[in-house]
Amino acid sequence: MIRFDRVFKRYPNGREALSELTFELDSGEMAFLTGHSGAGKSTVLRLIALLERPTRGQVVVNGRNTGTLRPSAIPAFRRQVGIVFQDHRLLDDRPVYDNVALPLAIAGVPRREMDKRVRAALDQVGLLGRERSFPLELSAGEQQRVGIARAVITKPPVLIADEPTGNLDPDLALEVMNLFQRFNAVGVTVLVATHDIHLLERFRVRRVHIEQGRLAGLPNAVA
Amino acid sequence: MPLPDALAIFLERHAQALLGSLGRLARQPLATALTIVVIGIALALPAALYVVVSNMRTATAGLGDTVQLSVYLRMSTTEAEAKKAAASIAARSGIQEILLVSPDEGLAEFRDLSGIGDALKALNENPLPWLVKVRPAPPHDTAVEVEELAAELRKDEYVELVEADTAWVRRLHAIEATMERLVLLAALVLAIGVLAVVGNTIRLEINGRRAEIEVTKLVGGSNAFVRRPFLYSGLWQGLGGGLVAISLIAAGLMALEPHVAQLAEAYGASFALQGLSIREWPAVVGGGAALGFLGAWLAAAYHLRRIEPRA
Repeated sequence: MIRFDRVFKRYPNGREALSELTFELDSGEMAFLTGHSGAGKSTVLRLIALLERPTRGQVVVNGRNTGTLRPSAIPAFRRQVGIVFQDHRLLDDRPVYDNVALPLAIAGVPRREMDKRVRAALDQVGLLGRERSFPLELSAGEQQRVGIARAVITKPPVLIADEPTGNLDPDLALEVMNLFQRFNAVGVTVLVATHDIHLLERFRVRRVHIEQGRLAGLPNAVA
Repeated sequence: MPLPDALAIFLERHAQALLGSLGRLARQPLATALTIVVIGIALALPAALYVVVSNMRTATAGLGDTVQLSVYLRMSTTEAEAKKAAASIAARSGIQEILLVSPDEGLAEFRDLSGIGDALKALNENPLPWLVKVRPAPPHDTAVEVEELAAELRKDEYVELVEADTAWVRRLHAIEATMERLVLLAALVLAIGVLAVVGNTIRLEINGRRAEIEVTKLVGGSNAFVRRPFLYSGLWQGLGGGLVAISLIAAGLMALEPHVAQLAEAYGASFALQGLSIREWPAVVGGGAALGFLGAWLAAAYHLRRIEPRA
């Protein structure tokens, strides 16, 4: 479902973020992406979301090689990948409904179906009834859950998250991770970048650990 | 997806973008009004010039655009003599066309054109002589040759008077042609102005909605989807500008109307100002809308490409 094959990535400013990274995530698998700051976690996620293309090597997501995709095919590709951000990237001047419905509006879903699916998605993240609230009226944990609802509303086969619990206290972090597990349980491939030790201990899922841009064995301190 | 559904969705999405952009403009009434007035003035200037030129055309439509000599025969000339005189003028070289006008025809024409028909009714007999209108053939219609021709015609035994001073008509028509060019030129320059005004407004709007554009692209919005509301925004602004322009012209004509009527009356002529016709005002409004759309498209194409999501 997600396959990195000897991926080398150098940014235009010359920084080498990944070198010879190879790993694979099967369909329906869930994994943590770990490593120190600057190890290349964000780059991995950026490559999966096609915000970047690999300098060398192959990144294949949903059976599509991101290196050879035409620019005009990128929007359709991104609709198959749900993304959750640490700072959730909500539009503060729009109510929760509009934020969650945005991917459906893009996909051209009719209004009536949109209503139904927005409610279903908010229900899944425990925010039913908050459609008309604005993001800034919500707590940090609720905002993050709105971000998750937006990421999953189109039922993408792949869900990636960049430090989704970074701004949350342990209880809220646990809630958010439980959500990811539930999506994984219904077949979504989930990759969560994190360095939250508590979560790593609590959730016994596979870990993809990278150091200096390569796949590495697990460090003893956490394993 | 069955076709009717796809069409319905297509229409719904466009209707949403159309109304959404209108709502966004309405939420910034002052900025929107300023932009629309600027566009309106830019459109009104060439349109007003056009109105002036077409009114000049109407006012001078009765004047031929070629040099013409009017050869008045003596009052005593009989019809047979007049025809003979006309034939001898026609037989000259360098004459393109002649027209013999009887005193009765001349009086009728004078009555129509001068506006002093009532005064003419007071005359017992026709004071007009036979008239031969002479139009020289083109290479011989220069001022010098026409003057030479006039001098020769004056020697004719039946001829009382030759008038050749019609060069001013030519000058007038030349001025009109120049002004028509001016209308085109002004329209072109001001169209570029409208593009710049709309383009700048759209650029500001794009900058203000940067976060939204990035997020939209992140969750898979195509360039067309991101661009759409801005195009409609430009369309609305151009449309509004067009409406302002035709209102300005209508107001201007209303202000001028009484003065023009007075002027016309002073000359004993009946002349009414013509505004934009029913066919022309949609052209102004539609032109405004098209320019707004185009300006927005240019700005969006340029600025949206530079906004790529970061994460």
